[in-house]
Amino acid sequence: MTVIEQAPIRARRRRFTADQVPLRTMLLRMLAGAVVLAIFVIPYLIMFFGSVKSKSEIRSVNPTYFPTAWRWENYLTMWSTPETPLVQNLVSTIIIAVFATLLVLLVALPAAYYTARAHFPGRMVFMFLVIVTQMLQPAVLTSGLFRQFSFFGISDTWLAMILINAAFNLSFAVWIMHSFFAGVPKEIDEAAQIDGAGRLAVLFRINLPLVWPGIVTAIVFTFVACWNEFAASLVIMSTAGNQPLAVALTKFVGQYETSWHYVFGVSVVAIIPVVVLFMLIEKRLIGGLTAGSVK
Amino acid sequence: MTPDDMTQSIDEPPVPTGAANGRPRAGVVRARAAAGTRLTDLFSALPWIGPALILIFGVVLFPAVVMIYNSTRDISLSGIDKGSVGFENYETLFAFAPLGGIMVRTVIWVFAVVTIAVLASLALAQFLNKAFPGRQIVRMAVLIPWAASVVMTTLVVYYGLEGYIGIINKFLVDINLIDAPYGWTKNATSAFVWSIGIAVFVSLPFTTYTILAGLATVPADVLEAAKMDGAGRIRTYVAIVLPQLRGALSVAVLINIINVFNSLPILKIMTGSIPGYDADTVMTMIFKYIQNEHKIDVASALSVIAFLIVVVIVAIYVKLVKPMKEL
Repeated sequence: MTVIEQAPIRARRRRFTADQVPLRTMLLRMLAGAVVLAIFVIPYLIMFFGSVKSKSEIRSVNPTYFPTAWRWENYLTMWSTPETPLVQNLVSTIIIAVFATLLVLLVALPAAYYTARAHFPGRMVFMFLVIVTQMLQPAVLTSGLFRQFSFFGISDTWLAMILINAAFNLSFAVWIMHSFFAGVPKEIDEAAQIDGAGRLAVLFRINLPLVWPGIVTAIVFTFVACWNEFAASLVIMSTAGNQPLAVALTKFVGQYETSWHYVFGVSVVAIIPVVVLFMLIEKRLIGGLTAGSVK
Repeated sequence: MTPDDMTQSIDEPPVPTGAANGRPRAGVVRARAAAGTRLTDLFSALPWIGPALILIFGVVLFPAVVMIYNSTRDISLSGIDKGSVGFENYETLFAFAPLGGIMVRTVIWVFAVVTIAVLASLALAQFLNKAFPGRQIVRMAVLIPWAASVVMTTLVVYYGLEGYIGIINKFLVDINLIDAPYGWTKNATSAFVWSIGIAVFVSLPFTTYTILAGLATVPADVLEAAKMDGAGRIRTYVAIVLPQLRGALSVAVLINIINVFNSLPILKIMTGSIPGYDADTVMTMIFKYIQNEHKIDVASALSVIAFLIVVVIVAIYVKLVKPMKEL
């Protein structure tokens, strides 16, 4: 009886799996998938559960995995904590990330388009420069950046961090958008130019709709990198209110009684938008970002 | 690509400029005319690439020059330049006893993190390349540490490892791995080892996705043929998949080396409050010189050394990965 019953069930299940993978293997894969999922999500779940604990609960010497009472009001009260002006830190983070991303777009878009279309002398030198600077990060140059910006009197300003973030993320944006522009046939441009369109019109009206995925990828990457930048901000932004969240949060460490519930509340608020942005371009991470173009 | 190939491809624009017409000795006039158009071409390119050049030179390359210059100056604690001292800052640096340990630790840091991250990612990517219900959700979860701020990811681990209140300590006690909560972050060695773990964790998404991109280039019919020929899984992986992954792996390894070498926040948070220099790498030491000791001149000297190391890695990248070949 059992044999008769099992056979049709197996046959039915098989139809739903990809290529004749035995059900047992499939279940094992799902189990392994659940383990991987847990490993990557648990640190952020700890963060979230911590963010809704009360101060006495998160500082309890007998900690609990889950909050006993859910203190959603932490998400309101955390903004007025004495350690650092968190509202200003959030504003700083947003302004720096938004304007640095806009600046990158403004500067990288024409460069990416032109290097993909025109073969001018020095084009290879320019692209070589782009590749080399793509590998450089603010951390190793911070002492130079600090002295230079102090000399020009813009240290500890939004402008300084907008320029630094834009400059260090520019190369990646040029590189990725260049590869998208290069994928658009030149004939389309030439046809439009014959019809009397100028270079700018060709770029905006003809090319942009075609390379839109590449531009979105560049925007997301740049924005997330600027949002999370730490090393240069740590040195350049000396005033508490100017510091982005990543720098401000480190001040909680080593306090007599660290308000971990607030640290995690702010972290949750700061992490969710960039994770959502990254998930939007997930497909492109596998397909689009091939050799050399991922930072 | 050898350095010679490099200069050649830079010198030779992809568009034939007159040397290709079979007449080796072109007239001087024509050469001059060609040079003229080249110059006009360059000028017409400037509005498009000029702003990018200004940013790259002004905010990436010029600070490097400033840094090299400062490494030969005597700069007071308040930041006033007191003149040239030659290589004295480098002498101060090399006379600094913990520097040897810092160098060794930097190598251990980079080697351990990159090796573990790449090996784990090879397995993870292989797994995420297989079909199973819910794969997309798992792939999305793997992305989280890439997008999330490294500072914030590190802070949650730091809290978890706190002596009495930490949740990781509680978990380790609950599963009987340790008898009592331990102050992991109070001890340089244990804090350093945990830092390696965090660095591996935040490196996994990028490395896994790069290898996944590589796996997508393995032709399905070749795998099918290997299966028909009776090749086992391990044999197929070593003989067919791994060679195909060479490009993706060299990108993953080299970019990871640079990222991990440049990494500051993990060690700064995990080991920053431990007295002494027993958990420092080159990068955390640079920031200790800048922030704790206010010696921007010595910090510049160490930064120049770090910069040279990065330049060497970039050169290896350009030679090995050949990112210019598709231009």
